[in-house]
Amino acid sequence: MTSSPHILQPASVQRVMLKVLVALTPGIAAYVWFFGAAILVQLALASVTALAAEALILRLRHKPVLLFVTDGSALVTAWLVALTFPPIAPWWLTVCGVLTAIVVAKHLYGGLGQNPFNPAMVAFCTMIVAFPQLMSQWPHVEFHSFSVQFNAIFGGLFGLQRQLDAIVMATPLDALRTVLRDPEQVATIAGILGEHATFGNIGGRGWEWVAAGYLVGGLWLIQQRIITWHIPVAFIATLAIVATAFNMINPQHFASAHFHLFTGGAMLGAFFIATDPVSGATTPLGKLIFAAGAALIMLIIRNFGAYPDGMAFAILLMNLLVPLIDMHTQPRVFGHKSPPRGGKEP
Amino acid sequence: MLELFRFPGGVKPVSHKEASAAAPITRAPLPKLLVVPFRQSATGAATIQVVAGEKVLKGQIIGVAEGAFGSAVHAPTSGLVRAIESRMLPHPSGLAAPCAVIEADGEERWVELSPLDPFDSDPEIVRAKIKDAGIVGLGGAAFPSHVKAKTVIDTLIINGAECEPWITCDDRLMRERADEIVSGAIILGRLMAAKRIFFGVEDNKPAAAAALHAAVGGMPPPSPQPLSREGRGAFHADAQTIQVISVPTLYPAGGEKQLIRVLTGIEIPYGKLGPDFGVQCFNVGTAHAVARAVQHGEPLISRIVTLAGNFARAGNFDVLIGTPIDALLALGAPLPDTDRVVMGGPMMGFTLHDTAVPVVKASNCLLAMSPALFPPPKPAMPCIRCGACTRACPVVLQPHELYWYARAKNFGKTQEYHLFDCIECGCCAYVCPSRIPLVDYYRFAKSEIRAREREKLAADLARERYEFRQFREEREKAEKAVRLAAKAAETKAKLAREEAAKVGAGETAIAGEPGNTETALAGEPGNTETASVAPVNDKLALIAAAQARAAAKKAAVAPQNTAELTPDQQAQVAEAEARRALIDAPKDSA
Repeated sequence: MTSSPHILQPASVQRVMLKVLVALTPGIAAYVWFFGAAILVQLALASVTALAAEALILRLRHKPVLLFVTDGSALVTAWLVALTFPPIAPWWLTVCGVLTAIVVAKHLYGGLGQNPFNPAMVAFCTMIVAFPQLMSQWPHVEFHSFSVQFNAIFGGLFGLQRQLDAIVMATPLDALRTVLRDPEQVATIAGILGEHATFGNIGGRGWEWVAAGYLVGGLWLIQQRIITWHIPVAFIATLAIVATAFNMINPQHFASAHFHLFTGGAMLGAFFIATDPVSGATTPLGKLIFAAGAALIMLIIRNFGAYPDGMAFAILLMNLLVPLIDMHTQPRVFGHKSPPRGGKEP
Repeated sequence: MLELFRFPGGVKPVSHKEASAAAPITRAPLPKLLVVPFRQSATGAATIQVVAGEKVLKGQIIGVAEGAFGSAVHAPTSGLVRAIESRMLPHPSGLAAPCAVIEADGEERWVELSPLDPFDSDPEIVRAKIKDAGIVGLGGAAFPSHVKAKTVIDTLIINGAECEPWITCDDRLMRERADEIVSGAIILGRLMAAKRIFFGVEDNKPAAAAALHAAVGGMPPPSPQPLSREGRGAFHADAQTIQVISVPTLYPAGGEKQLIRVLTGIEIPYGKLGPDFGVQCFNVGTAHAVARAVQHGEPLISRIVTLAGNFARAGNFDVLIGTPIDALLALGAPLPDTDRVVMGGPMMGFTLHDTAVPVVKASNCLLAMSPALFPPPKPAMPCIRCGACTRACPVVLQPHELYWYARAKNFGKTQEYHLFDCIECGCCAYVCPSRIPLVDYYRFAKSEIRAREREKLAADLARERYEFRQFREEREKAEKAVRLAAKAAETKAKLAREEAAKVGAGETAIAGEPGNTETALAGEPGNTETASVAPVNDKLALIAAAQARAAAKKAAVAPQNTAELTPDQQAQVAEAEARRALIDAPKDSA
């Protein structure tokens, strides 16, 4: 390089992505502890698929394969796909999800840095619309024999029937939704939480610890300056405030803030998905709006929608608004009186 | 204690200042040949005052400031002017410009110097002294100091922040010549009627700050009688009005607008200058040069240059302006793997295409680079919008958006996102995990926009010229038409008048002079013939009419032919006209 600056901070995309992977490990550890090793199989499966698809597409696009395959971005996408899909989903569902994320959502839009939508969330939405039943089979918190889980994942492959009955359990959000909307039952939140084995002390049994793991990893990402506080804080605050408001209006029908925070994809979304820089807002105020919007849409889907969790749809809907949000939330430039609106001085 | 402010963003690169800051300033040996460019300021050149073959003395003026923004140039040593010729300058684009090539005689004979008592002289004289001494900003911008010192301000800031890594020339200068820096600051403060002087020194230079503290404390009162007799120029140096302030080490704290922000809280936008807000900022080296010029009469013919980076003997040297950089580099003993030399710091300096260029007033540091010390960056990756650049930008721009639009050559958008507020400090590129050479994109966009503006100006000028030509031609056409119309109207009127006259004259001729009639008839047989055909032939009629008009015109233009005729002749003419009128009559009715 012959022009200034002649020195660069030792930073790289690879290092950013690697730190995100490291930050996911506490959550993954809790996941394995409570729900068995199936998730590790899925993570490996997703990783291999993602790297292979990435390499193939890069080759087809005449891009430097090694440089981009080793940047770590495909691994982050793969891990997020695996962590949002049920760990006992059949192998091909994960593979299809990862291919959707890498090939369609990422490379058809131009590859690293160019995708307007979060690839993992595109994969999740595509698959939950295409295979709603398979995407709703979640492992039981107490019965998670690895061989049975392995059979669930690869059952079809070896000509075996997938044996699911013993190991499947509804997620807390699903259980809540099903019972609350059943006209036969007159249920209250308190009643459901007391009766069902799926619910723990804060969120869902086991799930609350996975969420806590994501929280720890996410805080570490903030400390490492990989992400800023804006998106997680706005996401969690909005979710907490709106959920509390619903809960106060009708405590029998709407779950509390801490339940919403520690169940489903809330923590993973707040620290790892909504914070995806490529598809998210970039200005400080824009990040707050983006995250608050995502949390609000997610809660509306959870409380009133057809799907038990609304994280993926909420993120994609907000992704659509990112250019508009960024344009209208430009910060005040040094020495200027007012911020540029839509890039223009008023 | 003064309240300090924060400027947005900033980065903290490793300073690497220890090696060159350790040793005292060394006087660089006198080179055999010195090449002194006549253009030494950012804003103007000097008019050449010497010719080849002329002997010059050390400090002799060889170029006087050209215009209000020019800056004077002096012979750095005594010797012979070998040539006045165009030589390559230390400039990012490798510009060449007129230089005086001076062969040193080794005697170092000074011109007669005329120091001033800065506290007993008129501010205008002091300012003229600064101008004549050729003082420009020594922080690197090289803006003429006498122009900057013309304003009236509240706060004078002396910039000793020196935020770029590796550079230590200001640090050493503050440690070793603090007294003169403070004197220079007081002189400048007085010129600008400043109410207070702040020295801003980054807190990684405690020795420099301590030296300035001692110098301020030990400063005698500026003059036995404080100069309050006129409103301007009243400046009292005391502990309240001069403060040495340690500012947090954070690049680019030494940027003028950033330092002003830190010390006063004032944010100066693009397009505005310090004095618009009552602040002015000078580098410590400039203040030192001002003191030397005013108190000792010495013009600016040398400066401190840091040799840093890949040298065996890094350090600071007191170097004559015009010393070939080659010769200077040799003093630091560059290591064998040195592959290039940067003038300035690693964040904003530029690579020298050729080290045969001379040291100029803006040369603060020569940084020897090697692949080991400054590893070439790995290939750039796409932007992932991580926002590291936006957090590092000291101007609160959106570097990733600017990059996006500059890359797409959407220059309108780059301007909407305040491209020209960018100070090219390099913070964004420094932190970019994708290693995108962001500043290059901004330089590209800026130069394209400037080129387009120049083109547009040229095109506008051409269009204006063309449109004026069109207008002029139209105007001339219109004027001609008006002239012709006027003439036609005149002719018509004349014809009418003459007709009226003919009717009267004809009657007289027929009645009084029958003989004449015959002559007239015999004299113009053709007319009769023409007239007989006229009623049937329109073309001929037109010709006849034209002839009549021509005749009338002739009569109008040259009336002198008929003016002095005898009454008889006049009668003949009148008779003939009358006949013609009779002939014309059928045509008029036709």
